[in-house]
Amino acid sequence: MKSHVWRTLFVVILLVVGIMVFRLFYVPSDFGSGKRGFMYSYHRFSNEGEWKAQPIKYRDTGKQKMHEYCGECHDDVVEVRTEDLHGTIACENCHGPAFDHPEDPEELVIDRSRALCLRCHTDLPYTTSERHRIPGIDPKEHNVDEMCVDCHDPHNPRLEDM
Amino acid sequence: MERRDFLKKSIIVVAGASVPLSALELVDPKEVLAANPDIHWAFLLDTHKCVGCGFCVKACKTENDIPFNAKVTRTWVERYVYTKDDRRYIDSPNGAQDGYTESRIDLGQGNFKEIDPENVGKAFFVPKLCNHCETPPCTQVCPVGATYKTDDGVVLVDRTWCIGCGYCIMACPYGARFFHPVEKVADKCTFCYHRITKGMETACVNACPFGARKMCNINDINDPVTQIIMNQRVGVLKDEFGTKPQAFYIGLAQEVR
Amino acid sequence: MVEQVAQMVVHGEAWTVKELFVLPNEYIYWSIQIVMYPFMTGLVAGAFVLSSLYHVFHVEKLKEIAKFSLVFSFALLPVAMMPLMLHLQQPFRGINVMMTPHFTSAIAAFGIVFMTYSCIVGTEIWFVYRQYFVSTALDLRAKQNRSLVDSFRLTLFTALTLGAWDISKEALETDHKACSKMAAIGIPVACFLHGYAGFIFGSVKANALWMTPLMPVIFICSAIVSGIALCILCYVVTQEIRKFMARRHLARWADDPNAPTVEQLEGAKQEEVEMTSRYLVYFMVAAITLEILDLIFRGYTQVKSWDILREVILERDFNKIFILQYGFGNALPFFMMLLPGRNVRRTTIACALVLFGVFMMRWNVVIGGQAFSLSFAGFMHYHMPFIPHDAETFKEGFFGALTVMVTPFVLFYFINKVTPAFHKEKDCH
Repeated sequence: MKSHVWRTLFVVILLVVGIMVFRLFYVPSDFGSGKRGFMYSYHRFSNEGEWKAQPIKYRDTGKQKMHEYCGECHDDVVEVRTEDLHGTIACENCHGPAFDHPEDPEELVIDRSRALCLRCHTDLPYTTSERHRIPGIDPKEHNVDEMCVDCHDPHNPRLEDM
Repeated sequence: MERRDFLKKSIIVVAGASVPLSALELVDPKEVLAANPDIHWAFLLDTHKCVGCGFCVKACKTENDIPFNAKVTRTWVERYVYTKDDRRYIDSPNGAQDGYTESRIDLGQGNFKEIDPENVGKAFFVPKLCNHCETPPCTQVCPVGATYKTDDGVVLVDRTWCIGCGYCIMACPYGARFFHPVEKVADKCTFCYHRITKGMETACVNACPFGARKMCNINDINDPVTQIIMNQRVGVLKDEFGTKPQAFYIGLAQEVR
Repeated sequence: MVEQVAQMVVHGEAWTVKELFVLPNEYIYWSIQIVMYPFMTGLVAGAFVLSSLYHVFHVEKLKEIAKFSLVFSFALLPVAMMPLMLHLQQPFRGINVMMTPHFTSAIAAFGIVFMTYSCIVGTEIWFVYRQYFVSTALDLRAKQNRSLVDSFRLTLFTALTLGAWDISKEALETDHKACSKMAAIGIPVACFLHGYAGFIFGSVKANALWMTPLMPVIFICSAIVSGIALCILCYVVTQEIRKFMARRHLARWADDPNAPTVEQLEGAKQEEVEMTSRYLVYFMVAAITLEILDLIFRGYTQVKSWDILREVILERDFNKIFILQYGFGNALPFFMMLLPGRNVRRTTIACALVLFGVFMMRWNVVIGGQAFSLSFAGFMHYHMPFIPHDAETFKEGFFGALTVMVTPFVLFYFINKVTPAFHKEKDCH
């Protein structure tokens, strides 16, 4: 090992040691592999908690669950609405995400736009699709400048029922 | 960021996450299940029920802070129209975040195709999202361990560790990944991890009025959705890649890839 | 116009045009910098392999160009990393690749292989130039009233000797032997460095064009081709410059009575170019054979993806693949080098064409692989940004690529000051 040839090796070793020391401080200590091994689950474990801690915006107000959140205060309304024609639509689809309503926001912003109704009620000539069973209109013909909610009750839009 | 800082922060995050967890535990039986390590999330999509309203896309973008004015999305809906003279048209304008309010097909580059209603053979809608594959190629190719599969089967991205090389985006056969326009890191569907771990539905399942999207713990054989996956004929997308997708479809067609 | 919500441009949208049905999240995410990346690593690997031909196999005729290509490959090294850094969305986290390498990813190998390779090249250069470092440092030390530059140079060269001042005949012999050993280790590492660049693409099963086990081999062969071609080209150009300077007595060394004459320079050039271009042809044959094999195999087996691949390869990208890449980049230079009456000028032009051909091959693989949708029902067109209007269109545009192209020459200029590529030892072998 006396030969000068090894000097470059010492430089390389020094470099590697330097990198390893830097790594010690740089890499979070909770890096490791989960149940699915190195290939699929090598990660920083605390990241799972970070994703779990994301804020919730929608409060699960689909048909099954609207009693739970909306019904706590609006129980009378909710009971009627579930039986309505649009009872399968989650309240928040039109009334907007609840966040921490009633504290924050105190009032929800309701989307009454034509565009919202047209998502389902634009007539598309697809007889093989479930879409065809939904009553549809041609948005370019059907009372173009009017709001849908001016004539139709958004919870039970069938005009005969009004 | 130094290690001490980092540990401190992660302790805060973990503590913060566990408070609402333990508060809910007594209330929701599903919550107990969510804490169970044997849980394995799976998704069921019924193309017969989907009408292309795009409420799922809207809910997803709102819930997960994906800008509406950016042309990327964690979940989207595709439209398939077959004409009687055997032509196929597929589109998904803006990922269908505003639904399908026009009958013309978006051909890209500002071109549209109006199809004669008389000529329409079959037509249907297919909702798509990350398949949360059992052997995800995206996590396999991540050079730094920034994307990974959790023990309960959800593929997540570590936003503080991703270098933004785009290799995972390239490796995904389903086009489920993209660069988040604000965070500048790879982004994808998380199965609303912050919701499902608290016993809630994902934002898209919650928003779907037609039951086209459902979610289940595939290890729980009493779950009604698991029952459907077990007892009915379901398919997955691109099984030839051996990715073992965990999003199951009812009513797939050959052209749906 | 009424108030309109400003569209947020997502990464890739600026240069991607979609046609027919393309999945909403699909863009050309890997653009010009990822074309540059295998091109530059290829040049590094190729230049190194060329220099190793002399050091390992003692092809004496390559002596002069070997030294040049070794120094040049050192100048190219940091540049191989540049396109990756310019391409990253989070360039400051690039170090993570070294910190938490996830070895099931081909890119993670980059940190390790690249470091290993850099060490090997550095070591080899040290062995080749140790005598020069020592003698320069001794000369400077002996010099009276040193200028500031001289003092700096003295410190630099003293540090570079690593304290090994022995330049006896035996010591230099040891250097020489060690150098050959490093070059021998270096060849497989250089091939690995570039082979895995091919693996990065070849292992992406989602991409129908990229996924083939031939990809790493194709990449290695074309890498060596491009490396050799670049070395010949640069060698000829630098020799021309030296000739010009010798004739005009422009450079300081030209006045040295030991300096090579114009005739010597010309003679050396012809000999080296002749020999090197022979190797270039060998590797070209291998590279083209493999590429054509891949294409024929795809056409013959006709798996599901062939319909869309055929449309991309034989129709949409026909000009780029068959005219520019195979025609101007392979066939033309191939005949230019094989037809009788070849001279240095013709070889040099052929080399420039070969470089262009390899660049087009990288382009057709990287961009061509993203020219069709994962749905197999649509296409994407790439429009490289020329005039940058923000950081992203600069980084991943024409000027970003140009920066990467120019940097090795700038680096070579400075590295050449420390380890002169054309320096001749006075009394050694």
